[in-house]
Amino acid sequence: MLGRTAASLFWMSRYQERAQNITRLMEVAYRGAIMAYDGQAEGHHWQFALACSGAENGYHEKHDELHSRHVTNYMVFSKDNPISIRNCLELTRNNARAVRTGITAELWEAINTTWIEFCDTSPQSVTQEKLPDFLAWINQRGHLFRGALLNTVLRDDGYYFNQMGTFVERADNTARILDNQYWVLLPDNDIIEDGSSERYQWSAILRALSGRRSYRFAYPNAQLKAFNIAEFLILRREMPRSLAYCYDWLADTAEDLGQFYGSREPSLDLAADVFKDLKEKQMRDIYQEGLHDFLIDFIGKNNQFAHQLCEDYNFA
Amino acid sequence: MTLGCQIRPAILVSINKASGEAMSDSSGFFNEMLEKDGSPRAPYSRIASWLQDKPNSFLSKKSRDAETIFRRLGITFAVYGAEEATERLIPFDPIPRIISASEWRRLSAGIDQRVRALNAFLHDIYHRQEIIRAGRIPANLILQNEAFLPEMAGFTPARKVYSHIIGTDLVRVSENEFYVLEDNTRTPSGVSYMMENRETMMRLFPELFQTHNVAPVERYPENLRQTLESVAPDPAKSEQTIVVLTPGIYNSAYFEHAFLADSMGVELVEGRDLFVDAGKVFMRTTRAPKQVDVIYRRIDDAFLDPLTFNPDSMLGVPGLFDAYRAGNVTICNAPGTGIADDKAIYAYVPDIIEFYTGQKPILNNVPTWNCSRKDDLAYVLENLADIVVKEVHGSGGYGMLIGPTASKREIAVFRKILQNNPSNYIAQPTLALSACPTHVASGIAPRHVDLRPFVLIGDQVRITPGGLTRVALKKGSLVVNSSQGGGTKDTWVLED
Repeated sequence: MLGRTAASLFWMSRYQERAQNITRLMEVAYRGAIMAYDGQAEGHHWQFALACSGAENGYHEKHDELHSRHVTNYMVFSKDNPISIRNCLELTRNNARAVRTGITAELWEAINTTWIEFCDTSPQSVTQEKLPDFLAWINQRGHLFRGALLNTVLRDDGYYFNQMGTFVERADNTARILDNQYWVLLPDNDIIEDGSSERYQWSAILRALSGRRSYRFAYPNAQLKAFNIAEFLILRREMPRSLAYCYDWLADTAEDLGQFYGSREPSLDLAADVFKDLKEKQMRDIYQEGLHDFLIDFIGKNNQFAHQLCEDYNFA
Repeated sequence: MTLGCQIRPAILVSINKASGEAMSDSSGFFNEMLEKDGSPRAPYSRIASWLQDKPNSFLSKKSRDAETIFRRLGITFAVYGAEEATERLIPFDPIPRIISASEWRRLSAGIDQRVRALNAFLHDIYHRQEIIRAGRIPANLILQNEAFLPEMAGFTPARKVYSHIIGTDLVRVSENEFYVLEDNTRTPSGVSYMMENRETMMRLFPELFQTHNVAPVERYPENLRQTLESVAPDPAKSEQTIVVLTPGIYNSAYFEHAFLADSMGVELVEGRDLFVDAGKVFMRTTRAPKQVDVIYRRIDDAFLDPLTFNPDSMLGVPGLFDAYRAGNVTICNAPGTGIADDKAIYAYVPDIIEFYTGQKPILNNVPTWNCSRKDDLAYVLENLADIVVKEVHGSGGYGMLIGPTASKREIAVFRKILQNNPSNYIAQPTLALSACPTHVASGIAPRHVDLRPFVLIGDQVRITPGGLTRVALKKGSLVVNSSQGGGTKDTWVLED
């Protein structure tokens, strides 16, 4: 396989995962913005989506105020925002086009049809009332992509590079959202008994990581607690967006790739180390080390892994 | 991909009830489907009766279905200069163009003769230049031609084949008269449409394939691969590494590049995926570099190797040409084949055929005036309103004048341009291009078509029975280029 093909498969999956992550952040922000009960200003919720995705500075260069219309345009449709859903979907498709010979017809059609239909939608037609449906559609299309990938793609090196792209991006996204709000996940928050007992950020974080409902199954008393939420999203391997889950996959996939090629590369050891660390750690250790420091360190290691992968397999 | 023949405006009689336009006429152009009396020609007899009881809405729906298929598969071409929607679909017409077995035999014999002669010509001009010594072609027409590559002189590619993949552009003017418009010996495109059009037709109208004995086109990728393998530097090697070299996803024919690589089961590479080491070409893989034996390149000569040709090329591979001349890799088509389809050389192709094959040409050449010649220029200037003038190096239907449809002003403007730089132009009479029934908004109407069969030259000459039929969708128009509103049709060669 060409090094460039490996890179395109990695980035194709990575951008698709990113598009879906941004979509979910926008869903959360929208939900928060239309509900006044938490006493937060509407702009605060949009701020959450911008900050977690790293689009804050770019947005404020263009707009002074946090206005739902502007945020929607910037995050969903803008060509100027490098991580807008539009740009992520276009880059997904461009990478897919570059490797047309390396992906199945089902996968290509899923990607291509998403892009065609997205382009057929004028930003004006997506009014605030229609935004949730539109976001839900993008989300569904993301699931179609994953489904086509898992169900139709040959289990060879190409498949492994796709999986790497998905889980590197997912781990990065989870870590960033947690870090963006790390102070509300400090155990001190559990002591505050202010009557509502739940902080609105907690459910926003869970929703942004599709974990709102599954949390309640994972923790039998179902009560939202900072400690449990942090543990759920960092260490619990049954949560498909937790850091431990992502590295479970990455370590496995790196191992598979090593076997496929019959040689052990440095990236393989990196992934195994990160996974081992997550497997052995307790939440207490992480709090002791400092949640913010832990997350920053993790984001760095995750990046290092991606760079090493690129080096080991000659991504162009 | 230029086609710019023009016909005299026709007086249309015999009104077709569906479209309100004439389906047959008395004034000149050949109708592929109907005889002068309105009865169907033999190859079209079944299609004609099949079409008869189909309401317009039926074909409209099928056209929409076809469009959906093409869009979903991403069978698109890029349009230069358009900021939005840079990928477009080439309109697909659901009514096939049909060629009888006997017509095809004659066409393919003519094509076979022509492509052999052109390859012999290429070998000659890059070696002893006998054709110049014999005084059959003026030396300056070759030696001073931009398409002539002095770097190729003295080098002999595998099997002496230079142009391995050729798309011969033909037009028909009567029952028995076909003309070759262009030979396309560089990097002809359109073959993916030939194949996808057939796939689409089989999905839309399976019943037609039960009633017609249509020669299959599906073996093209296999034949292409065999052809490429047969010209590898070391044919004895058990496994040849073949690649398709593309400029990248923004190229107008990118879909086709991916399609061909995919259907041959070879890698689609860009210049940056290849490198030259110790005179050999390798591709960068996720593991150890892999040596490449044959490159089917879809980039122009000038961009192949920045060390030998255009130093600014970002698309090519530094050192590629030296590796080629060292005989370590085969490039298809060879660099320097453009001289064989140069518009100034075109007029000499009948002489070329006679010189190298000793036979009379089977297919006609369109009579051509070379504006660099004084007498020819005088004639052309005199008759601008009746003829077609083309730029020698132009393509895509740009930079040309179609006299009969041009306004007086346009002719006056073009006259000045032509007088300023006559050697840059050739001129040809307007041809009465044949017309084929085509689905249009108001029903079925005749539209002008050309035909590009695809030829492969390696260990043998392989001509796929069929080709790409391009159709000018605008009423009366003769410009079939996709960049100027042309569409395509499936092309059927019937078997006996």
